Amino acid sequence: MNAIVQPATAFNNQAGQKALEDPNWVKLSLITIALGFIVLFLCLPLALVITKAFAQGWQAYWAALTEPDAQAAIRLTLWTAALTVPINTVFGVTAAWAITRFEFTGKSLLTTLIDLPFSVSPVISGVIFVLLFGAQGWFGEWLLAHDIKIIFAVPGIVLATLFITFPFVARELIPLMQEMGNEEEEAALSLGASGWTTFIKVTLPNIKWALLYGVLLCNARAMGEFGAVSVVSGHIRGITNTLPLHVETSYNEYNAVAAFAGASILAGLAIVTLVLKSALEWKQGKRL
Amino acid sequence: MRQSTIMPGFNQTLGFTLFYLALVVLIPLSTLFVMSFKLSLASYLDTITNARVLASFRVSFGTALIAAAIASAFGFVIAWVLVRYPFPGKKLLDALIDLPFALPTAVAGIVMATIFQPSGFIGTVLQDALGVQVAYRPLGIVVALIFISIPFVVRTVEPVLEEFDASMEEAASSLGATRWQVFGKIILPNIFPSVLTGFALAFARGVGEYGSVIFIAGNLPYVSEIIPLLIITKLEQYEIEAATAIALTMLMISFVLLLAINLLNRWMRQRSGQL
Repeated sequence: MNAIVQPATAFNNQAGQKALEDPNWVKLSLITIALGFIVLFLCLPLALVITKAFAQGWQAYWAALTEPDAQAAIRLTLWTAALTVPINTVFGVTAAWAITRFEFTGKSLLTTLIDLPFSVSPVISGVIFVLLFGAQGWFGEWLLAHDIKIIFAVPGIVLATLFITFPFVARELIPLMQEMGNEEEEAALSLGASGWTTFIKVTLPNIKWALLYGVLLCNARAMGEFGAVSVVSGHIRGITNTLPLHVETSYNEYNAVAAFAGASILAGLAIVTLVLKSALEWKQGKRL
Repeated sequence: MRQSTIMPGFNQTLGFTLFYLALVVLIPLSTLFVMSFKLSLASYLDTITNARVLASFRVSFGTALIAAAIASAFGFVIAWVLVRYPFPGKKLLDALIDLPFALPTAVAGIVMATIFQPSGFIGTVLQDALGVQVAYRPLGIVVALIFISIPFVVRTVEPVLEEFDASMEEAASSLGATRWQVFGKIILPNIFPSVLTGFALAFARGVGEYGSVIFIAGNLPYVSEIIPLLIITKLEQYEIEAATAIALTMLMISFVLLLAINLLNRWMRQRSGQL
């Protein structure tokens, strides 16, 4: 961090010192620009969520969160995360194991494909499921004939969320497991441990923090996803409105307290994610 | 890494990975290609050269480009300050940088719209002092995208700055270079690839961004309508072919951007000597 300051002391001539350190006025103005930007663009939004949510007091805030539509939205959001996060976690660990523990052709292509959902616009992530399961989609007629609803219903929301949160866990684990190498696991295996025992007792303790962080990011995105879910949900109040969609609906109806009360929960989730990330970084002693 | 002979689970883990990847990502994505085969080339071109569609492409790409450029400048300054200057509260600020990653886009959207609308906290000031209206104009889209873009730049530049070899700076200064020369000839050329990568990541994200933009954009066709919104509009009007054509075009552009980012990443690693 202070790479500049330490070697600078080795130089006694003043010219050398000057060329290695920014003049004070530069330091001050850059710090001011950076701080100003962070305060305006990052701190102010958080403060605004809180002030708007509590603009009419605690009771209005509480009422906005406990009314039936808000409750249904919170429940649906929790259910969606509870379904998608575990599945994508299992996938992430499996994919990381396959990619980092074996050599095979097409490995880098596979890694790129796993990252694909990150580079697709959220709206397109929703559209593809409408093309598959919507009324005019591939399976549209068949689904209609069997009275199965996927689009404008909960299954569509779960599918779109699965797609969106697909890479998170794998992405955190692959670089770490690559770096770790597999000597420890090979040692355990050659001493007679089974594959499962090796994974649980050797691999898992080594990757647990990165895994936890991946799950955390996956969960934050699953609960907060807006674009993709908005395409497939149909915005039916109390039935297919997730919490972010409930925030949108309330905001568009000029119900600021309801919109920002919902937003405050989602912002709280973001803060918890950031705090845990910092804690994990501190625990690991390095950047995630 | 050499191929391990005793490592278990190759067939099972690779099999499950490919199966799940196909089921959740590849098959759904391929529908976009298959559905667009139903369109003739003429009707595809007709759709995407429609004036309203072209206007939305201009809005999305233009605003994403400007926002990524502004975010690159500020992101570079923020990364520089966070890496090089010690000051109290730095850890907290550093953690805050990830907020746009963690904050759901709908929340970012309503917050930005509220702050920058003409009666909002910053909106009033800009309106009264400069006569500039930000919200419900293309400028509003730029502002929302700057918010989304900033962590991409900071998080790509920061590690490169941290690992920057200070001995190069020392060598230059001991040979009599001024601070400006050290910055312009030593630091900037080495850091630039990472800034460019951050720029590309921010741009790619900005083009497809939806949630944080629609609340502040005003969504006026031909003026402040972004591509993702137009796709949704077409879908809601049951113009499924038009929606498919626009979405496919956008997806292809995203793939090109992804390729460019991968190449940039490789260049960045070579330049900064880490591999």
